[in-house]
Amino acid sequence: MKDYQDGYIKLALPKGRFISPTASLLAEIDLGFEGYSDKTKQYRLRSARFPSLSAKILQEKDISIQVAVGNYDLGICGSDWIEEFLVKYPAGALVKISSLNYGEGSIHVVASAEAGIANLSELSAGSNDYRIVSEYPNLAEAFALNLRMRRFRIFPVWGAAEAYPPESADLAVLWGKSGAHIATQGLIPLKRLLPVTAFLIANRESLENKDLSRILTCFSSKLTAEPQTSIENGLDISEELKGTRTLWQAKEINLALPDGHQQAPTSQFLKRAGLALQGYFEEVVSRRPSADLDWLGIKVIRPQDMPLQVANGNFDLAITGEDWLLELLYRFPSSPVKKLFALGFGTVKIVAAVSQEMPVADIDELRSFVQSSKFAPLKVASEYINIADKYLRDNHINPYKLIPTWGASEAFLPEDADMLIDNVQTGKTLKQHKLKIIDVLFRSSACLIANKDSLASSDKKEKMEFLTQKLRAGLK
Amino acid sequence: MQDLFPEDMLRFRRIEDVFRTCCRNWGYQEVRTPTLEYLHLFTAMGTLTPSMLSKVYSFLDWDGWSGERVVLRPDGTIPVARLYIDNLSGQELARLFYVTNIFAFEGTGKENRERWQCGAEFFGGAKLAPDVEIILLAEEVIRRLGISNIALQLSHAGLVKALLKELKLSPGEEAKMTNRILEGNWQALTKAKSTNPEVDRLVAALLGLKGKSSSFLHNVRASFPKASQDFKSSLEDLINITTLLDNLGCSYKIDIAAIHGFEYYTGVCFQFLAAGEKIGGGGRYDSLVPLMNGEDIPACGFALYVDPIMELLPLEKEQKGESEILVKGKELTPEIVETCFTVAESLHDAGHPAELDFTGREESNYRWVVLVSGKEPSPFMLTDCIQKRQRDAASMAEILKVVSEG
Repeated sequence: MKDYQDGYIKLALPKGRFISPTASLLAEIDLGFEGYSDKTKQYRLRSARFPSLSAKILQEKDISIQVAVGNYDLGICGSDWIEEFLVKYPAGALVKISSLNYGEGSIHVVASAEAGIANLSELSAGSNDYRIVSEYPNLAEAFALNLRMRRFRIFPVWGAAEAYPPESADLAVLWGKSGAHIATQGLIPLKRLLPVTAFLIANRESLENKDLSRILTCFSSKLTAEPQTSIENGLDISEELKGTRTLWQAKEINLALPDGHQQAPTSQFLKRAGLALQGYFEEVVSRRPSADLDWLGIKVIRPQDMPLQVANGNFDLAITGEDWLLELLYRFPSSPVKKLFALGFGTVKIVAAVSQEMPVADIDELRSFVQSSKFAPLKVASEYINIADKYLRDNHINPYKLIPTWGASEAFLPEDADMLIDNVQTGKTLKQHKLKIIDVLFRSSACLIANKDSLASSDKKEKMEFLTQKLRAGLK
Repeated sequence: MQDLFPEDMLRFRRIEDVFRTCCRNWGYQEVRTPTLEYLHLFTAMGTLTPSMLSKVYSFLDWDGWSGERVVLRPDGTIPVARLYIDNLSGQELARLFYVTNIFAFEGTGKENRERWQCGAEFFGGAKLAPDVEIILLAEEVIRRLGISNIALQLSHAGLVKALLKELKLSPGEEAKMTNRILEGNWQALTKAKSTNPEVDRLVAALLGLKGKSSSFLHNVRASFPKASQDFKSSLEDLINITTLLDNLGCSYKIDIAAIHGFEYYTGVCFQFLAAGEKIGGGGRYDSLVPLMNGEDIPACGFALYVDPIMELLPLEKEQKGESEILVKGKELTPEIVETCFTVAESLHDAGHPAELDFTGREESNYRWVVLVSGKEPSPFMLTDCIQKRQRDAASMAEILKVVSEG
């Protein structure tokens, strides 16, 4: 039972898209936090006005979960992440207090204009097997179940869902500013699931037992009647949509290249290898760069998603990190994907780290420490769920709880987690956050991975070898 | 999560034993399906309702990269239908039964996620006789378990579907209405006023009246001559079934709302209640096998819910039985322990239950006690717990002789 008398209130504030409107809103209602801006490097903020109020900056995906589990009393995050949680856990301790009336766009179900899916009723009729890709796997599943799709497979992705249809997925559930915005990506919206607006949310238990009124009063001028944001369960399958159907050419060999931090070093590497590409070396990266080899299809997606996408045959080859390959193989050891060779860049260490104040120097001391039940269960934040799970099992840490994160696990320590398992380049960030490394699990660098079946396929073998040889030339 | 204690298991096994015996007597054969099934088996329209689907435990299997998901069996009938389609569809008739657990994702974490069912399914055959057969079989199991004050409620999915059609809703609204009804919200039906007062009159009559014989259905037929053809043919079907039940002396109540939770029923549906609680249900589901890509085979079946039935059975003490023997070692020396094991084995081989004890506790509820002292010339002392008599025994053969003679 939590102590409700201390009056200490914790607020979770969003990173990313909602930072500046949220910062202006907080300033306007005299609830500002110094340092809450796009440029902030810190995670913990104190309220200038209420000494008992503290805030932490988290990924929006994490906010709905962290508020529901009770680590935060209040939070601000987008309706998409709230519904992604509630659709799976309707009885979860997450209460929507009010829309804050900013945010844009909606979550849509989309198909490729080239896929020839004209309306939703086609999806529930017949027994086609539909592949649905989404950053919102729960919303995607609820949509498919409500539509009574007979066969569907959901592929959760870290991002770049728009790049998948039509070759690598039949449908995607993703955010789009508008129908027109979606159309510019070569997609057609089949159904709008919900509009995305920022919401003030609360933990149910805190709301029922703790005095949050001082903070809620600040918001009072902003609280409005709730707009329709729950996902629409109706079987509205009448929308007739006409996509322009052009023929899309399937390529013999499909290669996935990384976006984000890995894009620049990968570009360098490909240039050294002498692979001529349009749309990847430039500042604005296309999701579908083109190569001078007419049999080669290239897509730019998240490196985290590549091992699974290579295993399921959507891609024959990909440039990703060894860490992400292991993350897949630890969970599904017989995945038909293998590493061909390391590329020598993007090298990181995967480490286990704890607060500098924890009196343990290595994992053995941590095991005894956990057994003495000071920290039972040990809460471990990680973006590598399977790697962390295996590491903790192998080291007989018992009991433990895993907290999945979407990067920046250091923000969770020490309040919301006791340990993190994450990648570091220099370890400087960890030191800044008063954390210490107690173990290095392994080193990881960028590597070329391949689908095992493609390597063995008589149709693909020759071209796979040609391409791998060409890429090998990029090694220094 | 729930443990079943020895006294629970006694009741559980009693239900199972009665159920198996009755099923075998009617010519049903036992099957068992895996706990893990593929999700897609349950997703098609006409299988599980959306609210049941939202409660399946689903996860990725060993080939998680393929995206194919498996579920903990959320229902008993659909897997048995799959088993029939995959392996037995060559048979014209298949009478199958099972005892199985089903799983439901339970949002609050307070209720049970795992429940047990005894079910029987009848694949193939004509209408009418199988419908009545499964009702009588279910009734027989409940009767033999000694559960009193049971009520049998009858409905008909075809009647309900025909009623919904008469409301002339849009396909989307009809689907929503079906879901509400299947979740037990029959009020929704009365609120959905149709444009046709005749239909409102029919809805009101069927929801308001509960008949106790086929005469009631004859009255309905006579009162609503303008009802649709679908309605009339379903009504005819129910009249035939109830007439047969009347003639066989099976009492029931006609309650159109006695359908719950499943989309796959097409014909007669029934529920058994005891002490106001549902303890079983079933019905005809002719579309399920073709929907699952099987042939056009009609089918019907039922399931009895073990958990509420266990609550209704009287507590039983573990019966030590008239023949149970306790073999006690006087001391804990290796020789005596060894002799005790030899004695127990000989008794088991001769068909007598025998339990070992080295604690020296007071014995109770046994027919015989064999005390092993290991001292010649009479290393055993045999106590007759009923006659309250003791005698020495020199050999195992002597013990067996006395015990066998009772």
